[in-house]
Amino acid sequence: MSTMTINLKVWRQKNRNDSGHFEDYTVEDVNEHMSFLEMLDVLNEKLIKEHIDPIEFDYDCREGICGSCNLVINGVAHGPKHKTATCQLHMRNYKDGDTIVIEPPRSAAFPVIKDLVVDRSAFDRIIAAGGYISVKTGSAPEANLIPVPQDVSNTAFDYATCIGCGACVAACPNSSAALFTGAKLAHLNRLPQGKPERDKRTIAMVNQMEIEGFGDCSNHGECEAVCPVGISISAIAEMRRSYMKAVF
Amino acid sequence: MKLDPKVPEGPLENKWSDHLRDIKLVAPNNKRKYNIIVVGTGLAGASAASSLAELGYNVQTFSIQDSARRAHSIAAQGGINAAKNYPNDGDSVWRLFYDTIKGGDYRAREANVYRLAQNSNLIIDQAVAQGVPFGRDYGGLLDNRSFGGAQVSRTFYSRGQTGQQLLLGAYQAMMKEVNSGKIQDYPRQEMLDLVVIDGKARGIITRDLVSGEIQKWNADAVVLCTGGYGNVFYLSTNAKNSNVTAAWRCHKRGAAFANPCFVQIHPTCIPVSGDYQSKLTLMSESLRNDGRVWVPRKKGDNRPPSEIPEDERYYYLEEKYPSFGNLVPRDVASRNAKMVTDQGLGVGPTGLAVYLDFRDAIKRDGKAVIEAKYGNLFAMYENITDDNPYETPMRIFPAVHYTMGGLWVDYNLMSNIPGLFVAGEANFSDHGANRLGASALMQGLSDGYFIIPYTIGNYLAGETLEPVSTSHEAFSEAAKTSSDQLDRLLAVKGDKTIIEFHRELGKIMWNKVGISRNREGLESAINEIRALREEFWENVRVPGEKNYYNKYLEFANRVADYFELAELMAMDALQREESCGCHLRDEYQTEEGEALRNDEEFSFVAVWEYLNVNGKLETRMHKEPLEFEFVELQQRSYK
Ligand SMILES: Cc1cc2nc3c(=O)[nH]c(=O)nc-3n(C[C@H](O)[C@H](O)[C@H](O)COP(=O)(O)OP(=O)(O)OC[C@H]3O[C@@H](n4cnc5c(N)ncnc54)[C@H](O)[C@@H]3O)c2cc1C
Ligand code: FES
Repeated sequence: MSTMTINLKVWRQKNRNDSGHFEDYTVEDVNEHMSFLEMLDVLNEKLIKEHIDPIEFDYDCREGICGSCNLVINGVAHGPKHKTATCQLHMRNYKDGDTIVIEPPRSAAFPVIKDLVVDRSAFDRIIAAGGYISVKTGSAPEANLIPVPQDVSNTAFDYATCIGCGACVAACPNSSAALFTGAKLAHLNRLPQGKPERDKRTIAMVNQMEIEGFGDCSNHGECEAVCPVGISISAIAEMRRSYMKAVF
Repeated sequence: MKLDPKVPEGPLENKWSDHLRDIKLVAPNNKRKYNIIVVGTGLAGASAASSLAELGYNVQTFSIQDSARRAHSIAAQGGINAAKNYPNDGDSVWRLFYDTIKGGDYRAREANVYRLAQNSNLIIDQAVAQGVPFGRDYGGLLDNRSFGGAQVSRTFYSRGQTGQQLLLGAYQAMMKEVNSGKIQDYPRQEMLDLVVIDGKARGIITRDLVSGEIQKWNADAVVLCTGGYGNVFYLSTNAKNSNVTAAWRCHKRGAAFANPCFVQIHPTCIPVSGDYQSKLTLMSESLRNDGRVWVPRKKGDNRPPSEIPEDERYYYLEEKYPSFGNLVPRDVASRNAKMVTDQGLGVGPTGLAVYLDFRDAIKRDGKAVIEAKYGNLFAMYENITDDNPYETPMRIFPAVHYTMGGLWVDYNLMSNIPGLFVAGEANFSDHGANRLGASALMQGLSDGYFIIPYTIGNYLAGETLEPVSTSHEAFSEAAKTSSDQLDRLLAVKGDKTIIEFHRELGKIMWNKVGISRNREGLESAINEIRALREEFWENVRVPGEKNYYNKYLEFANRVADYFELAELMAMDALQREESCGCHLRDEYQTEEGEALRNDEEFSFVAVWEYLNVNGKLETRMHKEPLEFEFVELQQRSYK
């Protein structure tokens, strides 16, 4: 098996108030089956042995589902592979001698905590504003009482697969959270169970998005292009329609 | 140590309803006077927190990820069981109960498991009402699939992302209560200790993972929902941050740890590819519905699989277990994979893999049908391995997946420390020596939505709890203990990295406390673990400082606990001189090589107490006898 040498330019920032800078590193013996994050693990092991502070980056599941990882790789959120989260990206997508630039997802609403780790709690607050169906534990009717047409359910599922990683925000020239918010609305608003709170939910979530300092959507479509689970940009059009309906 | 399982009297079907009838209640306007801490926001924690908040309690939630939504539960793929009997194939609460208790090899409490089966249907109702998009049939009604270890179709699913959808449902319910002000949510806060005052759980110590600050939190009850400890093996299917620390620190404060050696090894994971490997990826067991498991009959047959003719393929599960075939429970499938690879029949570059082949299913149903069922799993497999499973069989191998053991709890899910409740994978309660597929999600949500909210009320209503403040000396002592340990770790300044130690520990565990175990191996494992632990404390290199975001310090702190837990697991495996469920002792097998239980002597829960004798770890085992009033114990057979 051939191995590669990879050059990295990595964003290092001590804390929220530090101005940050790029550092250069070289990783040798990179194997094509390694994941991108494993390549960074290998680098960190080396840094630790050299008594240098390792690079901080967020991850948990390493299966593309928790949404923790969200590196911006050569300017693209989650890197070059379409519909693939950073943790699912493998080094076989690179070749010997490549230089890779790694940055955190940048947005005023996502302040940097350290190096590549950011604070995405704004997303939680958008959900808290209305991203749910209010049903108290114990008050649910029998599950098959409300049939949901298969296509409606499937489309709801497609939108519900958003992993909340924030790539859409990082990719958007306006730092808009429209795809994230739109996806949750498109999931809940189309289900019969979600109808009673539709208007209230839509207004509350859209308002919260603004309060958090995310920008407006001006249809660049970058969000859809980088989304690791392929959330469709139609979510945003649906959100606009629901919003108009709700306020007028 | 007092271990009263508090199982109610009476017929099995009525135990829970009778208990609910007798349980003490907290008046609605009194609930707001109580503060409850919920640690962990996976299925168990998020469901408990939202339900408690809806009842009117003040709830504080803690988790280590940057958002409650990212708990490890998010990764569950295959599905969740319930006894709805929608397919009309003969399922019932009794059958789900029976399959679960039998699947667990009769090492769980009957009453708990029966209640789990009873609650299963409520969970589906609740999730659907929350908007969880389960798979549906053409008529718009809910669809089911079958899962390992069951002969009925009772598994509800959201494509291969059931955990994600159920967790988002529970998380959203939780966020609704954050909005209403009943939940204060604290992500990126790691629990490092339990505070016990007058023998009762009265708060926790956490580290703010961003600022590094050690913080104190008081409460009237603590609910621990911190998940399993599979990562003690380093490589597992668990998320990287899953850990035992919260549970282990409770253990060190007196909470008993039950059946630590019961670890589930999942048969269908992507094999290890190199020593940089950081985790193992599960391929959902639902794949075994359509995939056929085989290896070449001939040793050293390294022809590509497509060139191996039918009669030279050894479909070992189908041959050995004709009535369950590829759907045998996980322990049986894992053990057999190990057996054939031990015989030198394994495939792939390492020889540590078997084939999972979809050729016949694709021929039978067409590619489109298979793609609709497993598309995302196939894509995931291809992305990781660069092999296309539509064209060539998947290569799979067992990996550590789930821990049945955990903190001991009574029927109310309360540990032996009053006021400390434990739910989800963190407790030991319902799966005995082996968990059936699609039943962890069920258990986490049953605990959180439908048990804890009642049993906590019962506890609070029956106690007079003096108010405590975080200035109490017990808080300062616990905070100091936590902080001192971090200082000790940072002060070692050795040469070996945390991951090097963790990987070595994992190897000992996998080789000697893994799929099969024996006395000699376990005894040497204990010595090796001790020696490595000593070396860890002399030679580990923990980078950075404690007063800022420092993931490696978090890891070091967790690995330190794994070293202690690992020893207990080996001791527990050693004392259990029988094979049961996932715990196979080489010395105790039938002539056909099947697990041989010893009900006479080992029909008990092994409950370990931690004793701090002059600063030295000492453990003592107690037994909670398991009595079976309603089912007849049988040797499990899937033949
Ligand atoms: C890949 C995979 C697939 C699976 N598929 C299925 C399936 O199809 N069906 C099924 O039934 N089961 C499945 N399981 C098992 C199931 O997902 C888990 O057992 C279950 O989700 C555990 O839920 P939990 O709520 O107990 O804990 P978790 O979801 O693990 O949550 C633990 C929580 O505790 C927090 N926490 C941990 N430590 C601390 C600490 N020290 N301080 C503060 N917070 C802490 C974490 O932040 C997290 O919020 C699967 C497991 C894996 C790994
Ligand atoms: S680490 Fe979970 S999505 Fe990448």
